[in-house]
Amino acid sequence: MTTEVAPAATEQRPRAGRRNSSEARAGLLLALPFVVLFSVFTLWPVLQSMFMSFTDTRITDIRTPFQVNFVGFENYAKALGDPVFRRAALNTGVFVVVGVPLTLACGLAAAVALNKGITKFRSVFRVGFYTPVITSIVAVAVVWRFLLQPDSGLVNTVLGWVGIDGPNWLGDTRTSLLSLIAMAVWRNFGTGMIIFLAGLQAVPWNLHEAASIDGASAWQRFWYITLPILRPTVLFVMVTTTIGYLQFFEEPFVMTQGGPLNSTLSASMYTYQQFGFGNYGLAGSMAYLTFLAILLVTLVQFRVTREK
Amino acid sequence: MNQSRSMAVLYVILSILLLIVIMPFIWMLLGSLKSQGELLQVPPTFLPEAPSWDNFARLFQRLDFGRYFLNSTVVAVVVTVANLVFCSMLGYALAHLNFPGKKIIFGAVLGTLMIPGLVTFIPQFVLVVNMGLGNTLPALFLPFLAGPFGVFLMRQFFLGMPRDLLEAGRLDGASELGIFFRLFLPLAGPALATLGILTFLSSWNNFLWPLVVASTEDTYTLPVALALVSTGQNQTDYGLLLAGACVVVLPILLVFLFFQRYFIEGIATTGIK
Repeated sequence: MTTEVAPAATEQRPRAGRRNSSEARAGLLLALPFVVLFSVFTLWPVLQSMFMSFTDTRITDIRTPFQVNFVGFENYAKALGDPVFRRAALNTGVFVVVGVPLTLACGLAAAVALNKGITKFRSVFRVGFYTPVITSIVAVAVVWRFLLQPDSGLVNTVLGWVGIDGPNWLGDTRTSLLSLIAMAVWRNFGTGMIIFLAGLQAVPWNLHEAASIDGASAWQRFWYITLPILRPTVLFVMVTTTIGYLQFFEEPFVMTQGGPLNSTLSASMYTYQQFGFGNYGLAGSMAYLTFLAILLVTLVQFRVTREK
Repeated sequence: MNQSRSMAVLYVILSILLLIVIMPFIWMLLGSLKSQGELLQVPPTFLPEAPSWDNFARLFQRLDFGRYFLNSTVVAVVVTVANLVFCSMLGYALAHLNFPGKKIIFGAVLGTLMIPGLVTFIPQFVLVVNMGLGNTLPALFLPFLAGPFGVFLMRQFFLGMPRDLLEAGRLDGASELGIFFRLFLPLAGPALATLGILTFLSSWNNFLWPLVVASTEDTYTLPVALALVSTGQNQTDYGLLLAGACVVVLPILLVFLFFQRYFIEGIATTGIK
């Protein structure tokens, strides 16, 4: 942020010129390895995948990726008209709309609880709640599939203690997606918690004391003092969690393979399946639709939360 | 009085929640030592009746998990080292040096920070196949050697370091590269630790790309192998699967418990996993 562009200035100031040119040389040299790798393996693929989504590229064109036919928006129209893709998009939407608020609420509740003067074991709780975040989704999905077994699973056993006959969580279309959402909340609320804990340091606690003397309840103080200060933090966690959830993939891949009856098929998973069938152009358009959703949701969330 | 009572209630609630949150891991560990018969028992047992390493033995003997473990480790180490080197170099240049193209490079890095792997994996796949690297270990790590997140993190860190250090180095006649390698880099320890741990973690847990690239067993990484076992013919062999989950999770868990300070600082300052 503190920089001014150098090259134009170099010629006008001959005394500084020599140093500036060695500085520019060093800068370019330090940038070179990253820029080369980044251009080849990230920038170029981003552009090529856009190109690909407007062509009829198939697996058979893999050696000649540019000798393909341009088909305009045909892939996009095909994706949007495909009832299975629509179902996958709907599932992804439900996953986000239900999962993101739950994740945020759990993360915020954990952060506020840990900030209430807990001194003993504070870091034990913090590390414990954060542990699911660092683990491989594939591994935890395997474990959760076992926990959610209809008969011998731990969840239904515990429910049985209080007289509830638990459903076949992953095998029933009414509970399958909800089960994946529950697992996602469990795995991700720790990230929110850590960021909220950092955000809570900015809350003026003397204001809390004053409000408390004036008779404001704990809930009122949270709502009118803490939450407004946390607003940017909440927005940030909301955006990053939404971006992550819009691409959920491992959970259905391992736990349900998208079933039963496509009830847990996600947009990412369907995109991957189309890639597997060799329909690269079509899969590319689906990936860009997800990306478009990410951009849109991010913009909307910034808009909505900035008002007021 | 009332105060300490509500504190006690808070502790009890938090402890119960903690137990619920880590229960899947406890269940995974205990389950990995149980036999298939015991795993399907109704109601389930808590402690294994006859704990045995049999599931782990099958994992490493009948399946080739030693190989997958090695693949995961090699890929994660290469990706981590490369990111530490390349990202700190560019991060420093962006923070303290003037050079042509600087703004464009920073813009491109920021712009791709949000682009998901879902968008790039097909062209990347076409690229590595055409480079003759399909289904090889280099294909597993090449696309991740230069990640935008690391540049962002290192740039922010170097911006926070005093420019006086740079000027002092120049007055002493140090070369530009010498200033970076001998003055700035040795002071970047904490930022490098954070970047290193986060990069290692995301590489270890990465799934979509190795799933796309690895088409035979000799290039599988742990998550790919576990996912394929869990959806293949052994999909109800829970002893095997839970032992596999342990092998994927435990190394990372140990690294995390050792270095949790850096993890949590990294998340709190950058907000990105």
